[in-house]
Amino acid sequence: MRRVPQQTDSPQRGEREGRADRDVIRDALGVGVAVGLSGFAFGVTAAGAGISLAQTCALSLLVFTGASQFALVTALAAGGGPLTAAAGALFLGTRNAFYGLRLSTLLRLPRGVRAAAAHWVIDETSVVALAQPDRRSARLGFAVTGASLYALWNLSTLLGALGAEALGDMDTWGLDAAGPAVFLALLAPMLRTAVERATAAVAVVLGLGLLPVLPAGVPVLVSALAAPLVLAAHARTAAGKRARRDAERGAGRGEESAR
Amino acid sequence: MSVWIAIGVTAVGCYLVKLLGLSVPAGILESPLVRRLAALVPVALLAALTAQQGFGDGTAPAFDARAAGLGAAAVALLLRAPFLVVVAAAVAVTAGVRALA
Repeated sequence: MRRVPQQTDSPQRGEREGRADRDVIRDALGVGVAVGLSGFAFGVTAAGAGISLAQTCALSLLVFTGASQFALVTALAAGGGPLTAAAGALFLGTRNAFYGLRLSTLLRLPRGVRAAAAHWVIDETSVVALAQPDRRSARLGFAVTGASLYALWNLSTLLGALGAEALGDMDTWGLDAAGPAVFLALLAPMLRTAVERATAAVAVVLGLGLLPVLPAGVPVLVSALAAPLVLAAHARTAAGKRARRDAERGAGRGEESAR
Repeated sequence: MSVWIAIGVTAVGCYLVKLLGLSVPAGILESPLVRRLAALVPVALLAALTAQQGFGDGTAPAFDARAAGLGAAAVALLLRAPFLVVVAAAVAVTAGVRALA
């Protein structure tokens, strides 16, 4: 994304002038179009998972948060029960609540608008809105990203599902690799620190290792435990390191005074 | 029918979660532990889903052409390719490996 220009010296002035609307719209459309087109991959994956055209389109229209949609159709395809599958999708959707928290103070939407705007609170709209220097640009960025992404995501979902049905055997075309590739693409930017990488590694072991022993869809839910496990382990080693450092510092002081 | 139930539960649940964030007073969900967990749980779920979809057959670990496809996607990600190119690379390589096998 284009870099946000330097904020003006006083917040009042920044509020009035803000960024040029054209710049905000261009950035928002860039994100909306690029990500909106990936609804195609969702349509294909859902069709390959045996989800009907109406159900696939209903998911994009009504759920409208990509990772949850992919998780739901893959869990259903693996034979998971409806509630188990929905639980995994909901777990993935919880991050949107935290975007909403940050957006609510930034956008300050009236109550009536809030209920409608909530449907568009996802990764991309939040990233665009939070990158803006003032409320006016943030509202514009949120609205344009949301509208363009919603329209294209649903259109490309429909085209992907129709196209997949026309192709017939999905596996011949390698389309069963689209789902995991999407998950990997969503995951990659999240792996910034050792804690995140360790969480991912533990989750992979849990997710694959428990496949043969637990009912379909449940291993994914259990793999979520990797998050608290790694956080707890990290807190313990951090505390241990601190204690060791303090002890070393104490010993160092001892040596100095001896000299 | 059960698919529609799953869709209904997911749609209502995901909407309420989004609305919750916009509606609750700032500060309620702001504890550092809650924030860290909320950031880490998607990492765990996405990693497990990637592994199961790429290296599993639904009931047991399994290696086939999809592993090569995922490798191609990983390379595309390292090269900072756009989202759709990453997915297309995985699909093309998987299809190619199957055609050769």
